[in-house]
Amino acid sequence: MNQDKRIRVLVAKPGLDGHDRGAKVIARALRDSGMEVIYTGIRQTPEQIVDAALQEDVDTILLSILSGAHGFLFPRIMELLKEKGLGDILVLGGGIIPEDDVPELKKLGVSEIFGPGMSSQTLINYIRENLSQG
Amino acid sequence: MIEEDIEKIQEETKRWNRDCLGKHTFRKRETDWGLEIKPLYTVDDTKDINYLEDIGFPGEYPFTRAPHPSMYLGKLWTMRQYSGYGTADETNKRYKYLLEQGQTGLSVAFDLPTQIGYDSDHPLSQGEVGKVGVAVDSLADMETIFNGLPLDKLSTSMTINAPAAILLAMYLTVAEKQGIGPEKLNGTIQNDILKEYTVRGTYIFPVGPSLRLITDIFEYCSKYVPKWNTINIAGYHMREAGATAVQEIAFTFADAIEYVNAGIKAGLRVDDFAPRISWIFNTHNNFFEEIAKYRAARRLWAKIMKERFGASDPRSWMFRFHTQTAGSALTAQQPLNNVVRVAFQTLAAILGGAQSLASCSFDEALALPTEESVRLSLRTQQIIAHEIGVTDTVDPMGGSFYIESLTKKMEEKITDYIKRIDELGGAAAAIEKGYIQQEIQESAYRYQKEVESGGKVVVGMNSYQVEEPLPKGLLKVDTEVGAIQIKKLKELKTTRDNQKVQSTLLALRKTAEGHANLMPPIIEAVKAYATLGETCDVLREVFGEYEGTSVI
Repeated sequence: MNQDKRIRVLVAKPGLDGHDRGAKVIARALRDSGMEVIYTGIRQTPEQIVDAALQEDVDTILLSILSGAHGFLFPRIMELLKEKGLGDILVLGGGIIPEDDVPELKKLGVSEIFGPGMSSQTLINYIRENLSQG
Repeated sequence: MIEEDIEKIQEETKRWNRDCLGKHTFRKRETDWGLEIKPLYTVDDTKDINYLEDIGFPGEYPFTRAPHPSMYLGKLWTMRQYSGYGTADETNKRYKYLLEQGQTGLSVAFDLPTQIGYDSDHPLSQGEVGKVGVAVDSLADMETIFNGLPLDKLSTSMTINAPAAILLAMYLTVAEKQGIGPEKLNGTIQNDILKEYTVRGTYIFPVGPSLRLITDIFEYCSKYVPKWNTINIAGYHMREAGATAVQEIAFTFADAIEYVNAGIKAGLRVDDFAPRISWIFNTHNNFFEEIAKYRAARRLWAKIMKERFGASDPRSWMFRFHTQTAGSALTAQQPLNNVVRVAFQTLAAILGGAQSLASCSFDEALALPTEESVRLSLRTQQIIAHEIGVTDTVDPMGGSFYIESLTKKMEEKITDYIKRIDELGGAAAAIEKGYIQQEIQESAYRYQKEVESGGKVVVGMNSYQVEEPLPKGLLKVDTEVGAIQIKKLKELKTTRDNQKVQSTLLALRKTAEGHANLMPPIIEAVKAYATLGETCDVLREVFGEYEGTSVI
């Protein structure tokens, strides 16, 4: 991708989970690192998230979820992204997602899942590396 | 202490600082809210504190030392683990297990659809049913949850906010079916909507109707359920969202002031509902700060009730609290380290004078706790209660130069914040302006930066790391819970008297459109097995819904 263009990120909270400390902290850290960040706010449906991704023309979507509903919500989001022709967006997950569930989510096209304790620099590096390859 | 002694001590302290400490290098420490902590506290730091006025005696104004005269010598705290998951059946089994293990109260965790007033078959409930708590669609589920549990002998706390009136109505009805009158029931509903708008997110209705539901509950319970704690005002979730200890108490008290004002505006006498106000706070890692926090909160709440609201019943002045150890302090890395963190936090809660306590389990950064991990956490409480002597006297930390000084400093800082929120027009206005949310976010971000820079050590996470295998044996909620609940709902809708459901819901709608108390028609709808979603939908249609906003 064009290095002059700022990376555009959608930080999204799918489902009914209201815990967004992590999402907000990550959003601020990414913004401070020079990325353009849009935060959806809590309680977003997969449809709302994919619409926001389309309208905001983002390069990457970060899905934060702690409620355990990722097993339903992530597949639905990935399906909608493909339907809208947004299959090339880098999708990452974070929150409380058991390791056992990670392979299944990766099979659907989620690039990486980050757990509690990850540093924001790890995420920033991951996004930069993976977008420049893409 | 006489003046000359103080002067001598001040001189000696100066000398010690200069000639003794001054010859050593040492680190300067600061609290998260900006107070520089001295290397040493002496009587000089407590000289402005008047024992009789500021500290006093347990069970007497201003309650700094304890709300009750004999404290744990008279009655230990209620050991009340926050639990619930999957179906009503599974949750009922977990409760029976915990009670067999010596737990002394129940604390019900509901799933997110229940907390937001959606039935399990609602499209937005997909994937969420039974995940973070138990799914309740109707009275039938509540009957199962409490099956075989004598509600006149237990106290039950329910973490339910926007639909609190409906869950309370269900609880009263389950008790009635067990032959127990409402006057015999002990327990608590959270019923604290303001912090849902700021940090927790399970809101349904706009501010006005939400406050009406709350004051209707105050009024109804003051008449018919006199021992019920009608609100459990929560600092816990603000702390989890990143607030400092000072912000936690300040913003919670600001919310409380808003509720008390709403009660008075609704025509209630402050002493009729203030004694039933209860609290839930977060006991975090900084041991002495946590103890001082609870002592400061007891003193300040007593002053607010007496001086600001003119309450005259001593029970209105009394700050009685539940606390849970800090979920956000648990690490996913080397999870067994959390056993130690939980033990220290539990100890701080008890030295702070908690009435009721939930201790986290070591695996909770990863999943809901297993039977084994929750039992270990309960055992931690029991060891502190029975083995280590901290319950042998009231407020054993009282009189410590550091603790008393910190208590005073925290009280001052909390008071400053409350003044600022008063200037903004109170908690509801401050929330609308985004002030409280911004303050908490700033603290959360500052904390994260400190952790990432290594300025704050988190053992096992940013220091002393090891390579470790993936954790094993975590609890998994059955993915079939959603399907089971939907099947039960279908059956319910074919077996109940649907005409009765419709007529009770119509009566509820009419009451909602007017000004009468909402509890009686809600109870009638619940008894007819109207679902939680149906009941909330009626109120949504009349009241509208809250629109959340988020700024980063």
